[in-house]
Amino acid sequence: MIKTGVYTFLVCALMGVTAYAAFFIAPTEATMGLVQRIFYLHAPSGMTALSAFLVSCIGSVAYIFTRKPKWDWLAVSAAEVGIAFCTVVLLTGPIWAKPAWGVWWAWDARLTSTLVLWLLYVAFLILRTMIEDSDRRALVSAFFGVFTFLDVPLVYGSIWWWRTQHPQPVVFTSAGLEPTMRKVFYLSWLSLTCLMALLIRQRYELEESRNELQMLEQELEAN
Amino acid sequence: MRLFSNTAVLLQKELQAEFRSHELLTTASVFILIVIVLFSFTFDPTSAESRKFGPGLLWLAFLFSASLMLQPCFLKERTNDTLSALRLVVNDPFAIFLAKLCANTIFLLVTELLLLFVFAVFYNVGVIAVFPQLALVFFLGSMGVATTGTALSAISSQARMREVLLPLLLLPLLVPVLIPSTEATKALLEKEPVLRWDWLGILIAFDVVFLTALWLFGEYLLEE
Repeated sequence: MIKTGVYTFLVCALMGVTAYAAFFIAPTEATMGLVQRIFYLHAPSGMTALSAFLVSCIGSVAYIFTRKPKWDWLAVSAAEVGIAFCTVVLLTGPIWAKPAWGVWWAWDARLTSTLVLWLLYVAFLILRTMIEDSDRRALVSAFFGVFTFLDVPLVYGSIWWWRTQHPQPVVFTSAGLEPTMRKVFYLSWLSLTCLMALLIRQRYELEESRNELQMLEQELEAN
Repeated sequence: MRLFSNTAVLLQKELQAEFRSHELLTTASVFILIVIVLFSFTFDPTSAESRKFGPGLLWLAFLFSASLMLQPCFLKERTNDTLSALRLVVNDPFAIFLAKLCANTIFLLVTELLLLFVFAVFYNVGVIAVFPQLALVFFLGSMGVATTGTALSAISSQARMREVLLPLLLLPLLVPVLIPSTEATKALLEKEPVLRWDWLGILIAFDVVFLTALWLFGEYLLEE
């Protein structure tokens, strides 16, 4: 309990430092102005969502081969957290797009792919509600989780495959970001990754408790 | 080798069952026809416009009909309790998937090619000159739809509200099939037709990736 409290406090402090850095330390971008600062939340959230989906896929594959429920709990926890971060991407994207492109939503390839990814993971969660038996649910959703994750490379690949209005990735290119912007971007990525780990852990514990409760209820019914 | 001989026998069974009843082919063809007719009320199907929108609506009609057509694929095995029997007769459970996905590819392809001519007449689009290239695009697209659809049919047959669930799971997953298929078809229906290998490459990649995933993990879906 104390360990979780300390970790939560550290993550909150890191998030606070990141917000300060994004608003007051990072320089204002020359052409887009203040609205560009949403980039420190938008882009790292996208990358964090993909990391969460990767964790979910690892959980799914591990469940298929080991059949240990803990991997299923990890898969569902990471998928839910991934959807939360994906939602942040989909909400902050239009806020940036309106002043930059003049429209709330452009059917840009990367934005559309993110939306498709979000729909796929929502379908993953709906599928889980449709199967009563816990072992069957875990196995079937693990399989669908693997299939869904195979769609993820399209999010990355789409920007090169299709013509797009989306800004080309500048973080990893040689031209790159201005050094301070780059540092703030990495700080933001680190803090969101820590937040993701915290949320997955909390959600995993909830799933564990839910499972224990279900087993106790079954024992009670049997007696 | 046993995999292919088992698949051949099961494929024959699937084809025989369908060609005796004609249930899937008839309903899917009529469904696509209805969609094509209904779409004609939403925009003026002149030649220029049909070249622009036609391929998209054609592929949407194919995907919607596929989500209905693939529904009974595993459901009938579960309802008749024949899945365990099928598992007992094959060495490799992948043969069951392979046979079903080959049968589904054939059913989809037959329906699509049949309806392509109806579409060509209704929307005043020339397809004869580029028919072999269109058939290639349709084959690769149908294979992608059949591979994912067969696997998801095995999933949805085990769930509640399976009629709604299959399209919900299948359609977003098929976005990487819809875009290249539509674009490749559009390029072939232009005044100067071109076979776009870049789009076909994406279709081939999709087919290979999902076929491999089905081969690796498919057998777990057939566990009782």
